[in-house]
Order: sequence, then structure tokens, then C-alpha cells
Amino acid sequence: MDFLVFQYPMITIQACLDGLLLGILFALIAYGMALQWGVMNIINIAQGDLVILGGYIAYFMYLYGIHPAWGVIVSPIIMYFVGIAIYKLVINKVVDRDLFISILATFGISILFMQLMNFAFGADVVLANSGYGTTMLFDNNVVLPNSKIFSAFISIVFAICLVVYMKRSKLGRAIRATAQNARAAKILGVDTEKVYAATFGINAALCGVAGALISITFTIHPYMGLPYTIRSFMIVIVAGLGNLPGVAMSGMGLGIFEEFADYILGTEFRIGSVFLLLVLILVYRRFKLSRKREYLK
Amino acid sequence: MNKNSWILYIGILIFGLVAPFIFPAFKVQLSILCVLIVLATTWNIQGGEMGYNTFGNILFYGLGMYLCASVQVGMFFPLAEWTESGGEKTFVHTPSQFFQGMAAGLVVAAVVPTIVAGLIGYAILGLRGHYFAICTLGLGVAAGEISGGIEIIGAGQGFTTPPFPNIGGLEARGEFFYFLSFGALVLTFIAVRAIYTTRFRLILNAIRDNEDKAEAMGIETMKYKITGWMISAFFCGLAGGIMGGLVGYIDSTDVAFDGREMGVFMVLMAILGGKGTLWGPIIGATLFHFFKEGFWTFFLGWQYVALGVLIVVIVIYFPEGLMGWLREKYPERFGEVVDEADRKAQVELK
Repeated sequence: MDFLVFQYPMITIQACLDGLLLGILFALIAYGMALQWGVMNIINIAQGDLVILGGYIAYFMYLYGIHPAWGVIVSPIIMYFVGIAIYKLVINKVVDRDLFISILATFGISILFMQLMNFAFGADVVLANSGYGTTMLFDNNVVLPNSKIFSAFISIVFAICLVVYMKRSKLGRAIRATAQNARAAKILGVDTEKVYAATFGINAALCGVAGALISITFTIHPYMGLPYTIRSFMIVIVAGLGNLPGVAMSGMGLGIFEEFADYILGTEFRIGSVFLLLVLILVYRRFKLSRKREYLK
Repeated sequence: MNKNSWILYIGILIFGLVAPFIFPAFKVQLSILCVLIVLATTWNIQGGEMGYNTFGNILFYGLGMYLCASVQVGMFFPLAEWTESGGEKTFVHTPSQFFQGMAAGLVVAAVVPTIVAGLIGYAILGLRGHYFAICTLGLGVAAGEISGGIEIIGAGQGFTTPPFPNIGGLEARGEFFYFLSFGALVLTFIAVRAIYTTRFRLILNAIRDNEDKAEAMGIETMKYKITGWMISAFFCGLAGGIMGGLVGYIDSTDVAFDGREMGVFMVLMAILGGKGTLWGPIIGATLFHFFKEGFWTFFLGWQYVALGVLIVVIVIYFPEGLMGWLREKYPERFGEVVDEADRKAQVELK
């Protein structure tokens, strides 16, 4: 236990800023999760592994001498096609089935990806060094790496682009229509199969962006995927499907929670505290709803 | 129960009793198979009969593993010094100490997870469907991460369980753990079979089929859900305790709370055999164990890739499992009366 946080305000500011910048990234991943959950009614356990795969694409560009920031452009393009391939091979067979089937199937994909990445890229913790330097604030007491500010900025840009795309474009309208009522959309001439494939592709592309940003700001490792899945699931259940400001806010809240858990409990309990928070949130909502004799749907 | 099934049971029992002497090289594999069958059968109470698909039974398994080893060491020696010295044996159990410790440890390993299940059951089992699945997944992983940070049970460096006393060497060790796990299997089978003949099973099935209606019929569903989970936890903890002694080394995320392996295996075994049946999980676990050992031998290094593909294929193409497939093919064997005209009409409708 370390109570330095309360005695020394600069650490509090540091943790809050770190958490905010981290949380914006989480919100981006969670937005993809909310999209596929809302449209196709599947929960994708492999979400985190898609993120890590996107990160490795940026890392490889870095290894071959290209600046990893270009990964933000390249990674989503590759990941879009990876997403389409996963959809065609597996997801289209579980779309209209029981949710648990989709959880298990994507769990299988997650194990598969984890091990393939382990073979292809090795089991080391890696990061792509962007060489952006740091910014000092408050008399050099608060240190912010520029790469974190860059990644938060890029995430916001991508999120805004996506929202505008969903509102204005034809495909965006089709996706929203399918989310509201797949059957009615089908009757009115929307090719739902195509919409599902595109949704999963967009989700994978979002994961690719987030992964590239994570590889330049933090570290990536083949087995680090599951915590990202759990974080995005948590953000979605707190915010609700289709509530974008809610997703952003709860993403940032989760980021700040994690930074404080890191300082107070110690780094070895960081991931554990995230998973426990998920359990606590679910149990809290269950008790709140059970007063009205309802349950989470 | 008719005469044929008695012959079957006695045949299996005799086979189980002589198996380690017929296949002396496979004693450890057979013991692991027994543990896997116990896990699959108890998962089936949850996922198959009650419809609450859990990834969290690994919590009780890991808890039982740690508790059994801790009690076995802690009864005679200071636990902290034991884990600190790691693999080096500063203390040696005498044979009688080892067996007393094991007996007490297994009792604790079975009872404490049952109590834990009862305590958290009210909060967790109020969730339904996929929320329950994800919540229990989180619970299992959180337990692994947290136990990896606790010093007294070895933290990150792991916990070496007491080695088998020096009587009779490896043969005796293999036989001891085989008969222990086979005993657990027989106990589980008898208990589960007894449960499945009672009203309790019907209530669990009612909860699976429509919980709101079951509640409206005046069944206190929460009470039965918690009881079901406690029964699962009892046998999971027991299996964990035995497995800890068998493996000889406990690591928080790789052996005990291994949600990525054992936690998914138990779900998969039950689904492969067919959930919601008595024999499904047993057949599924046996098949799965053969598959798994084959993968581990022939695709060394690629076993997780093969496993991932296997999960996807089973889930997509055999969601009803082997028993479900047989049931669809030969419904008469399962005591279902089939009206041929009705079936044809349904096929035409499809």
C-alpha cells in the first residue's frame, strides 16, 4: 500500500492525465465492441487479440525502418481485410445463434491468434519507439510522453470520422438500420450479410488503429489481448449500446481508475483489479435492477 | 435402472480398478482423465442442466488446489518458509504426515470452495446469459492475477506441493493418485446420477428453459441455482486438490486458475459430448483427452493452434455434441416416441 498519492498532489495530476489519455484509447476499442454487439449481437472475445495484431503491424514497420506512426494508416487497412476473413470463415456461422456460442467461438479464435502471434513475433514484450520525446508540465513535476498525446489525438480524429461516416454515408445508414431491426432492413433491400461483414471489418480496423497507437505508447505482447477485451466489454456495459459520449466518458473513467489502482495497490494487481472491477460493476447493476425485479439483458 | 445398465456400471468399475495394472505406463494420463471427467460432469450441472454457462468453475478448481497444498504443508511446517525455499526441500513429510495432510487438505479443498460458491452465488447468479458468462470469466482471471501477487502461497514463483514420501517409488505414487482420482470420479458419478433422478434436475431444467416462468410457477429459483453451483464447487475443489498433488507444482495462472486451458476445456468437453445428459460429458472428456494428447504429441508447439481450431469447429458444427447428434439420429433409443407423420411434416416445414 502506498499512500503517496494523497500526500503528493502532483502524482494525482500525473495519474489523472495518464488515465485520461489511456482511457481515450480504451474508448476507441470499446466503440468497435459496441458496434458489433449492437449490429450483429455477438460478443467478440478476440477483440483484444485483434488489437495486439494491429500493434504488431506497426511494430514491424518500425523494425523495417518506417516510422511507426504510419502504422495508424496501414494497420487498419490490413486489419479490415483480416476482419472480413474472420467474418467469412467463422462469424457468419454464429451471428444468429445463441450468444454463448459466439463467446466460445471467438474464444477459440483468441487462443488461435495468441499462439500464432507467439510463433510469428516471439514471446518478448516489445514497443515501437516513435522518438517523439516528452512534455514537462508544472515545473517538471508531471511528465507526459508526446506519443500519448499523439495517440489520444489520433483516436479522437478516428472516432469523429467514424461517427460522421455512420451518420452520412449509405453504408453507415444501412448499418444503423440493421442494428435497429435486421429483418425489416432485409425486407427494404439492405444486404444484411454485406452489412455484417463490413461491420466486423470496421471493428477490426478500429482495433488496428488502437493497436498501432498502443504499440507506440505502451508495450505489446502476444498474450496481452484478453484484458483489452474485458476493458471494452466493461465500458460497453457501463455506457450502454449506441451511447457514444457515454463510451468516451466511461473509457476515460476506467483509464483513471487503472492508473490509481496501479499507484495504490501496486503494478502486480493492475490487471486483477480491472477484472474485479468488472465483477463489481455487474453485481452492482444486478442488485440495482433486481429491486425492480428486472435483470441485465 | 435395468439389468443392462448394472452390468455396464460394474464393468466400468472393474475396468477402472484394474486399468492402472493393465496400462502401467499411462497411470498419470488415466488420473488426469478422471479429473477431467469430474470437471466436465460438474460443469454440466451448471451449463447443461441449469443453462448458466460459466467460465468460473476454474475459480473453485484453483482454490481447491491451493487450499489442499497449503493445508498439507501448513499442518506440520511453517507455510511461509516452505514457499520461500521454493523447490528446495528444507522440510520432509514422513509418510503418515503426508497422508494425513492429504486427507485433511482434500476435505478443506472440497468444503471451502462450496462455502465460497454459496457466499458469492447470490450476487453472481442473479446475472443471466452472457453477462453471467463474462462475469465468471472475469472472476476466474482476477483470482489468478491476485493469487499471483500473494507472498505466502508463493506469488509469482509458484508453490511446490509436498513430494510423495519415499515408499515404493514412482509406481506407488502413480497408483495412489490414480485411485484417489478414480475415487473422486466414482463419488461424483454416484452423486450426479442420484441428483439427476430427483425433482432437483427438473427444476434446474425449468430454470434453463424459462426462468421467469419457473419463478411464476412458485419455484424459488435462486435457492436452487445456488445449490447447483455449490454442488459443482464441491467436486471442482476436490478435483483441484487431487490435481495439485498430481502435478506437484502450482503456478497461479498456468496451473491453478488456468482459465485459458482448463477453464475452457471443461466447457468444451461438456459440449463435445453433449450438454444436458449424464453420459455426454464423460464421453466428451474421454474423446477430448485423446485429442489433446494427440495434439500435444504430434503437433508439439502447434498444440494451441490446433486447440483453437478445434474449439471453433466443435462450437460451430457440433453445438449439440455427440449425444445430441445421436439423439437426433436415433430418438427411439432415448425413450422419445416419434410420430413418423409428424416428423415428416416438420421436415417439410423446414
